[in-house]
Amino acid sequence: MQLRTILAATLAVAFSTTAYAQEFNDPAEFKKQRELLSTKAEGPEGKPWEQHLGGGMVDTAKFKKDGPHTICFSNAGVFNPWRVVGLNNMKGEAELQKARIKELIVLDGEGKDDKQISDIQSLLDGGKCDVLIVSPTTTAALTPAVEAACEKLPVIVFDRGVNTKCPVTYIHPVGGYGFGITSAEFIASKLPKGSNVLALRIVPGVDVLETRYSAAKSIFDEAGINVIGSEFTGSDRAKTKSVVEDYINRGEKIDAVWMDAGDTATAALEAFEDAGLPYPVISGEDQQDFLRKWQKDNLVAIAPSYPTYQWRTPIIAALDILDGKQVPGPEWNLPQPAITQETLASYIDERMPPLHYSLCGCQDLPGYPEQWGGK
Amino acid sequence: MTVLLNAVRPTRRRTAWLSVNLALVIFVVLYGVIAILQPNYLDAALFMNFLRRAAPLIILACGQLFVILSGGFDLSMGAVVTLVVLAASMLIGGDPDMTWTVIAILYAMGLAVGLANGLIVSFLKVPSIIATLGTMLLVNGLALAWSGGAPRGDLPDNFRNLGRLVLKDVPLVGSLPIAVVILVVVTLLAWWGLHATAYGKRLLAVGDNPRAAELAGVPVKPTRISAFVVSALSAVTAGILIGGFSGVSVNAGRGLELQAIAACVIGGAQLLGGRGTIVGALFGALSLFALFTLLNLLGLPQALRDSLQGLILIAAVGVTVLRYRRST
Amino acid sequence: MSVNATPVAMTRRGFRDVPVPVVVIALAALIYVTAAIVTGQANQISAAGLTGLLQRTVALGLVGLGQTFAILVGSIDLSVAALISTVAVLASYLMQGDPSMIVPAIAACVALSLGVGAINGVLVAYWGINPLIATLSTGLILQGLLSASFTFLSGSVAPSFQALAYQNLLGVPLPVLLLAVFALAAWFVLAKTRFGAHLYAAGGNPDGAKLAGLRVQRLVLGAHVIASFAACVAGLYLAARLQSGTPWIGRDGIYDLESIAIVVIGGTLLSGGKGGVLGTIAGVLLFASLDASFNMFGVDAFLKQVLRGAIVIAAVSVYAVRNRGHVA
Repeated sequence: MQLRTILAATLAVAFSTTAYAQEFNDPAEFKKQRELLSTKAEGPEGKPWEQHLGGGMVDTAKFKKDGPHTICFSNAGVFNPWRVVGLNNMKGEAELQKARIKELIVLDGEGKDDKQISDIQSLLDGGKCDVLIVSPTTTAALTPAVEAACEKLPVIVFDRGVNTKCPVTYIHPVGGYGFGITSAEFIASKLPKGSNVLALRIVPGVDVLETRYSAAKSIFDEAGINVIGSEFTGSDRAKTKSVVEDYINRGEKIDAVWMDAGDTATAALEAFEDAGLPYPVISGEDQQDFLRKWQKDNLVAIAPSYPTYQWRTPIIAALDILDGKQVPGPEWNLPQPAITQETLASYIDERMPPLHYSLCGCQDLPGYPEQWGGK
Repeated sequence: MTVLLNAVRPTRRRTAWLSVNLALVIFVVLYGVIAILQPNYLDAALFMNFLRRAAPLIILACGQLFVILSGGFDLSMGAVVTLVVLAASMLIGGDPDMTWTVIAILYAMGLAVGLANGLIVSFLKVPSIIATLGTMLLVNGLALAWSGGAPRGDLPDNFRNLGRLVLKDVPLVGSLPIAVVILVVVTLLAWWGLHATAYGKRLLAVGDNPRAAELAGVPVKPTRISAFVVSALSAVTAGILIGGFSGVSVNAGRGLELQAIAACVIGGAQLLGGRGTIVGALFGALSLFALFTLLNLLGLPQALRDSLQGLILIAAVGVTVLRYRRST
Repeated sequence: MSVNATPVAMTRRGFRDVPVPVVVIALAALIYVTAAIVTGQANQISAAGLTGLLQRTVALGLVGLGQTFAILVGSIDLSVAALISTVAVLASYLMQGDPSMIVPAIAACVALSLGVGAINGVLVAYWGINPLIATLSTGLILQGLLSASFTFLSGSVAPSFQALAYQNLLGVPLPVLLLAVFALAAWFVLAKTRFGAHLYAAGGNPDGAKLAGLRVQRLVLGAHVIASFAACVAGLYLAARLQSGTPWIGRDGIYDLESIAIVVIGGTLLSGGKGGVLGTIAGVLLFASLDASFNMFGVDAFLKQVLRGAIVIAAVSVYAVRNRGHVA
């Protein structure tokens, strides 16, 4: 029997094209995130990074400690502009609270699980940390390392989660399904049944991106909108533009473009410009270049977000925990707003670089806008 | 030196001809399949657009060929492209009056990288694959550190036009992208430099057998350094076209160095030097790009495209090897 | 240059006689200790800190050992990254947390890797396809098939298998012992067996080896099988350490280029025939102490890349500059 399993698996590796995608199509999670999108946030008005959507509070009295504190952060890496903006937000928040923070130690995992595990280990060995923040490269891989850390000090996880309940809290916005729901429902509401949408995605197999597509696909299917293609662009503008040109050259009408991340949205739109075609309905993300183009060319568009202000929250949570204050947990759901035609103007800031994420919540942080590359 | 070259010449000319043939055949077959799937790819306008998109890879392949012929590799090309795109946007900052000055600065940067590669290989004796791997990390890191990890600034239209603008109603060809004009000029220059000058012969001699070339009086080190400079300058040109075609991005250029090497090999170039032609590199790059386009049109899952690309690479090089063996 | 280099060589004989691995290990130790002292983290020189450092060497060290064989025989293996991903995914998929499946899963992974090694070997040795292109292609094919079959993490390794990556024996982590055992075995094969001697001969002078009656093609094949097997062990180790494999783990770890870099830094000639296991271990130690030192200094992620590039070049040039002939 074992032999057969092995044979089957080896064959699966060799020939299977039917991906094991059902993992990213979890109806219960889809439903939960849809509800969270319309849940009213609790917490200080106008500061979404301190708010939370429902959920309980956890007691942290046992972690109470005198300051100032050393906060340690094991980062998955800074391999895309989203993470660059996020890390700036975190450093900004630490600067804002510098009276209470002795040092913020950041180790960069360079996107390698193995390195991040060693990084966490060396933070623990170094013995300087009062609290550990982890943004995992992948969920399963970092679980043992986080479990080991939990035994020594309070741990906060954000962005991606881990497969253990030991961290004090896990901070994240609504999630990938929520992103897909917001964007796809907008496109579906603007187009008649039978319209064509082209889905542009970054890379396959990344949980936080796959869930976005899975949610969008099920909404398109429900609304009777054809997904004429789902293409991976690797966040490369040249590739995005080429892919869209190829689809345009096929002669099929593209009524809308759906994107699982917006950093190449303007490149996709340029393909339509160069072909002399009208712009499609499009869902991008909260980057400045897309928002500016949207305003300038009167696009029919929406910018859902996976807000980078979530990088401020772990510092706030860390200090609260070391003060022994209650924090939302064991899951801390942050609001996940979308930019619409009505709110568009308020998110455009001409000083900021093209790929700056507008929902950074960083406008009130020290060093804005220069630290974020603005003028 | 003349003795050396004469001794090598007959077989080289013959095999070069064979390999050009093969890359050309592969390209025609692939483009033919594309045209069957999408007949409008036979329109002059769409073919010109295909060339516009393929131009950066062709230019990179031509530059890479110089290094390959000299017996080395240049893995830093992709990083130079990234640097060019990011630096252009930061230095120009959206001001059209700055474009030409900045382009000159970009070429100066390319010159510096090429010289650094060449000097490290020639004088520090670091194998080029490691030396250019090092400069790849270095240049890429510098570009990202300088830009803070995300693009800043903006590219004005007169810069973008180099890679984006298509002239309409041109006599004879109909539409003509500026990028294609640049492509033709660069390819002709590269062809002239490699196949019509004494320099080209020296380069081949160096790649074939540096010791023998040295004894025959070829200045081995300057020749080798110049190859890296040509390669870096071609990467700058490709970077300008890529930035123009699609705008600023931190991912511009990633992986292009391996594609350029693959294009040269498909075009019949022999790694570690001594054999290869510009026409081969040109059609090698066109074949590779036609393959990418075809895989896009077929709508296969992304993953299988990688596999297919691998298979075709093996097949193309494998056939070249067999033909070469037979011919000698 | 080779003629008038003799007097210089005389005066520098003392330096020349220091073996490359010793130079590299000294450099690694110097960097690590300086970093620990300068940043006031003397506790990183403790047993815990040093085991942490050694732990960082395991995955890359294992791949590097295999790569040493491929490079020694004059070939190279770029498919290791994709193979590592495949093995890690396959192991966790087959085990599904069930301890009774540990042995069959390992067996399947080993069989797969031997197959891949054999294919690489046949392509390179018998078909004569350039090893860079051949192994780049097999890597692409493998990666494509892998991502087509598994788009997400399917299953995890058995808990008792995972424990292997986290257990200590006499205060030393098991994986570090594993690397030590494999390094010893590799050293034994290369230095003490006839197969090892033949590998050196075939890599140093393939034509001479053929004339001497060695079956060079078989040796190349054997080296590739060993390289793939080493990648398989690294993949299994990563699966254990990470609980489950992801289809991009090898690519993100840049195990292909980094393994080549450590082998060359350790003094093994890219053209084959000279070098050895000790150098590779020295190379991986250098990389690990760089990693750890950058952490201690809190070097910015992009600057880190710049420094790494510069150090790779510097480390190789330290001894490469002693070479007399030309390198490519």
